[in-house]
Amino acid sequence: MNIRKSIALYTRYASVCVKSVMQYKLSFLLMLIGRVILSFNEFIAIKFLFSGFVEIRGYSYGDVLLCFSIIQISFTLAELFGNGFKVFSSMVKRGEFDRILLRPCSPILQIIGTRFEIGRTGPMITAAVTLVIGMRTGNVAWDAGAVFTLVLMIAGGTLLFIGLFLLGASFCFFSIEDTSIINVLTYGAKSHGKYPIDIYGKGIMRFCTYIIPYTLIQYYPLQYLLGRTTQWRFALYPMGIVVFLALCYVVWRIGVRNYKSCGA
Amino acid sequence: MITMENVCKSYKVAKRNAGFGEACKALFRREYEVIHALNKLSFTIQDGEMVGYIGPNGAGKSSTIKILSGILTPDSGTCVIDGRIPWKNRTEHVRHIGVVFGQRSQLWWDIPVIDSFELLKEIYSISTPQYNNKLEELTQLLQLQEILKTPTRQLSLGQRMRCEVAASLLHEPKLLFLDEPTIGLDAVSKLAVRDFIRKINREHKTTVILTTHDMQDIEVIAERVILIGRGQILLDGTLDALRHAALNTEDGTAEEQINLDRVVADLYRKLNIL
Repeated sequence: MNIRKSIALYTRYASVCVKSVMQYKLSFLLMLIGRVILSFNEFIAIKFLFSGFVEIRGYSYGDVLLCFSIIQISFTLAELFGNGFKVFSSMVKRGEFDRILLRPCSPILQIIGTRFEIGRTGPMITAAVTLVIGMRTGNVAWDAGAVFTLVLMIAGGTLLFIGLFLLGASFCFFSIEDTSIINVLTYGAKSHGKYPIDIYGKGIMRFCTYIIPYTLIQYYPLQYLLGRTTQWRFALYPMGIVVFLALCYVVWRIGVRNYKSCGA
Repeated sequence: MITMENVCKSYKVAKRNAGFGEACKALFRREYEVIHALNKLSFTIQDGEMVGYIGPNGAGKSSTIKILSGILTPDSGTCVIDGRIPWKNRTEHVRHIGVVFGQRSQLWWDIPVIDSFELLKEIYSISTPQYNNKLEELTQLLQLQEILKTPTRQLSLGQRMRCEVAASLLHEPKLLFLDEPTIGLDAVSKLAVRDFIRKINREHKTTVILTTHDMQDIEVIAERVILIGRGQILLDGTLDALRHAALNTEDGTAEEQINLDRVVADLYRKLNIL
């Protein structure tokens, strides 16, 4: 199946999902508002913290807000597009994955397509607000390079979270019921990622570089963005996430093969 | 044409005794029990046949269907359907088959049935004229005019099942698997579904493989019955042959055998596959 057709089919799936959600307008609105409030709370927490401090390890309020908004946008985009992976274990339990395998198109396309949830975009509002504040008050000279870096960070972050969701989904193939471990990595990263990772010290830095490559989308490009280094290659580090995503995909493939041989 | 030869499939099932202590133990050391779901299964089905595939629960029916439809890889043995190996050419293979699970829906819950159909048109890349023709035919045969615009969740089970059957035939598959298609249906809907299956078999030469516990389904639809038990084929023939086999039991009297459920139950007992 070629790319153009896949995109057409994905759009079709997404529009059906939106139609379905609109059948329950109130529940959709509540989900949207709930998520805006949740994410706004996190923003308030940062604001309060900085009413006592001027900076954390040299990062100003604006810098932290930048980090916060980048991670929020990444996570929200990843949830929007990769929600299917998040709820995958329930799909397997209900036998939906069998049905997916009976269709002549990519399983991944069907999984993410059938679980496109527009209500998850709520935090985007908070993210947009904090991004604007961060851009105005942070120590960034907004030239073309900086904007490019910002976009790369968001794209890399989105792919990183999608990769983690995919990894979590693959776990169901190996009869691992519990996804807490993955939740620690995703939600943990989401809440810690609102601060530059180096404030947590060396150990966490190493973990976030070699195990789950968070620093690639946050710490390193951030150094360039804030003008703390002149090495422009740091700005390109988010591209490394593609390798991580490929590794997650390999695990997924092994999982699918395992599913087909044992019927899970 | 479907040929299955010496297909074997076994599962490893984690086994533990009841109780909290045992559950904790199972965390560290698991004991596995190997279940032979299919044991050297072989059969051939010609194009256009209507085959009833029966056997008690756990006999290996769904494993067979899963292998034939390409979502399960057997441990050994060969299976070729119209020149395709289902689990190897899965994407190509599933274009030519339709599957109805009586217990599970393939329609979208919250949107009108017709929208689900449109999505399937997209998934199977059915051309618009072909889709329109097929839709018209199915709408007429299954009397879907009234219900196409209703969301699936508001349909009765009978209406839904008619839509399910239609959904699995939109891409004009050569081979149709029906897994308990009449489960829970009222008499009218049952008759409608059965009639329809016979009709499409007659008109399109669609091969139909039907698994069911409803013996009347078998009686009306299947020209040939394959009985499976403990992963092996025990009987393969017409319904009459099945009746005869059951008649040879010591305790069965001729009158009792009129009831088909009785026939089958006796057979299961006689073959010791329950």
